[in-house]
Amino acid sequence: MFRKIKLKIGREQAQKSLKVAVLGNPNSGKSTLFNALTGLNQQTGNYPGVTVEKHSGDALIENEKTNEKIYITYLDLPGTYSIYPKTLDEEVCFKVMCDETNEDHPDVAIIVADASNIRRSLFLATQIIDLRIPCIFVMNMMDIARVRGVQIDTEELSKFLGVPVVAANARKRHGIDNIKKLLAEGVEAPKKDFIDIKHFAPAVFIDNVQKMFPKQSPYAVFQIINNEAGIEHFEILPTQKIDIKKQIKATGFEKHPIQSQETIARYKAINEIVKETVKIDEEEKRKSLSSRIDSVLTHKFWGYLIFLGVLFVIFQSIFLIAKYPMDGIEFFFVKLSELGKDVLPKGEFADLLINGVLAGLSGVVVFVPQIALLFAFIAILEDTGYMARVSFIMDRLMRPLGLNGRSVIPLMSGMACAVPAIMGARTISNWKERITTIMVTPLMSCSARLPVYTLLISLVIPSTHNYGFFNMQGLVLMAMYLIGFLAALTAAFVMKALIKTREKTHFIMEMPLYHIPKASTILLTIYQKARIFLFDAGKVIIAISVILWVMASHAPAGKYPVIEKAYSSADSVKKYTPKQIETRMASEKLKESYAGIAGKWIEPVIKPLGFDWKIGIALITSFAAREAFVGTMATLYSADNEDNSQSIREKMAVAVNPSTGKLEYTAAVGFSLMLFYAFAMQCMSTLAVVYRETKSIKWPIIQFLYMGAMAYLASLIVYTLAK
Amino acid sequence: MAKEIVTLDKLKPGEVGIVMSFNDEENALKFMEMGCTPGQKIKMDSIAPLGDPIAVIVSGYKLSMRKTEAALINVDRIK
Repeated sequence: MFRKIKLKIGREQAQKSLKVAVLGNPNSGKSTLFNALTGLNQQTGNYPGVTVEKHSGDALIENEKTNEKIYITYLDLPGTYSIYPKTLDEEVCFKVMCDETNEDHPDVAIIVADASNIRRSLFLATQIIDLRIPCIFVMNMMDIARVRGVQIDTEELSKFLGVPVVAANARKRHGIDNIKKLLAEGVEAPKKDFIDIKHFAPAVFIDNVQKMFPKQSPYAVFQIINNEAGIEHFEILPTQKIDIKKQIKATGFEKHPIQSQETIARYKAINEIVKETVKIDEEEKRKSLSSRIDSVLTHKFWGYLIFLGVLFVIFQSIFLIAKYPMDGIEFFFVKLSELGKDVLPKGEFADLLINGVLAGLSGVVVFVPQIALLFAFIAILEDTGYMARVSFIMDRLMRPLGLNGRSVIPLMSGMACAVPAIMGARTISNWKERITTIMVTPLMSCSARLPVYTLLISLVIPSTHNYGFFNMQGLVLMAMYLIGFLAALTAAFVMKALIKTREKTHFIMEMPLYHIPKASTILLTIYQKARIFLFDAGKVIIAISVILWVMASHAPAGKYPVIEKAYSSADSVKKYTPKQIETRMASEKLKESYAGIAGKWIEPVIKPLGFDWKIGIALITSFAAREAFVGTMATLYSADNEDNSQSIREKMAVAVNPSTGKLEYTAAVGFSLMLFYAFAMQCMSTLAVVYRETKSIKWPIIQFLYMGAMAYLASLIVYTLAK
Repeated sequence: MAKEIVTLDKLKPGEVGIVMSFNDEENALKFMEMGCTPGQKIKMDSIAPLGDPIAVIVSGYKLSMRKTEAALINVDRIK
């Protein structure tokens, strides 16, 4: 599952290895601690069967007394409040922690607690203790809590829990050494149960099942039984099911009342411990700053205005600021391919390398600035705690569409580029809301559609049409963006009814205290996202790019020599300048190429939309990126200068349809074509990234088909009505 | 003092109640995990600008939920 690229850490020197799971509540600083423990030695993968991202990392530590070296694999489990599974994230934790046959089942668990939210953290911690998994309880953000008037007696707490307690601040790397030292010296399994589950569940039943799992604690056995009793339709553990199922029936075991009683008892015991070990001065005061910020950020006027401002900054950045490094990357690849042309021996191989592979590579790397910028913003919004407020103020608006408040940022980013936007949907934890966001985001008009719109609008709408203050061309362009936006919302609404899920949607969510974001967390997020994109989506993009190159530059045997011969004749040398010969030849060649054949082949299908085979070719080449439409049209109409849209426009404006004898690009064709580009899924990079993010070929295919159907219908209707 | 049992969504911002019981077993567990256990004080903090969701203070932190979810929690309004 994991990529092989790893930094060398010297595993071969280790005398033994250890699996360590890092778990804790969301917002507990769990991932910051994980980062502090592993550094850059991290891998990202997926848990089998679910689309939950799996972060793991490794490190080598040394026992200072014995000089024994230990190789540790850390697993950063998704944030969870308990081990009872209700969401996909929690299901992962449940499986890893309760099933000792799971490949990730840890030898040691590190439970990360936000020191200013001690009760809720202890709830999860005591559940893990009762599984009798050796564990370390880490009180994170301890110094912040201290400033806020929270005092915790860690020694006393450790006695109550029966496990080591470490005070830490992962952001400042405080306490990390203590954790490593404990791991190196070995952590023992808790000796006593925190809550005796046999008080609540039938003891005989637990004892009976325990015979099947002699190594598991009674609480773990209870969790296995629970699971067999069907916890919210989640998959069951690979255990002796039938036997347990029979006993569930025989004993009349009911999980809900038992779980409730256990939860209440656990909190009661925790409250007792907190009374003994935690001193809180002026509980209300320490939260006052966050509350004051909230009263502005969730205000009915300022809240939305500020959010609009934040969206504006994000959008502008990925639209405008990212342009500079993107131009730089393109320039670099242009220079590189020029160099390649000079250095490499002319021929098929050089052509493949330069126009196939290098072009594809350029098309991949060019996305990195946008991805980096969007994720920098998302990381800041998450890290500060603002994202939870966005959900809070936007939930009511997005709910009817089956979307989450968090969907707003990916959707809006989609107006710059769908690729980073779809990756940004990862911040939505509910699977259904996330998949809906991923599926509809490409309908937002992205920046690659802009050159297509601009060309077509200038072709079919005279620039002289002005209605007082308004310029008609500008109005049409705005309408295209609006159509994309409305289409995305409509598609979301339809998908709400169609997508089935085993996960329950709820909005019971913590609003964390505000934090100052940490630069290293943000940089690490950018690094991880860029890497995922380059390596996972990148290979798909390069593969498709090579296929497109073969199609556009190759023809059935014997076709190209005929063209070349015709243009090398004395007649044409006299008639045309060398430049003209070049462009005309390129045009002829493209028409004869496999892409040209495919364009003619699909002509009957696209004819009802008003498209001829030339547009057919452009539709195919647009797969590399939608703006390729402009370049393809330039080649087909032998425009003298590919970069000059004026010249393409002029050529297209006078093009005559051979069958009707009338102008080719009528307003009907122009609008039909624009709508086609607004709706159709014509971007291989987006498809590749959807495949990467959903880990399934099913979703990109559905997306391709439903958007294609929408595009076809819209164009058909408009063309039929307008022609 | 006479008990006044209402569902959580009926509290006005600033009002405090004591969690009494839940009207839905599955969600009950979720609430309890998040620290809304029977006997806990719960304070209505604010209502989102569009009237839904709401934010409450419980167990020392701020928790947001939809009104339909808050309607599953019975509280004894104390002030």
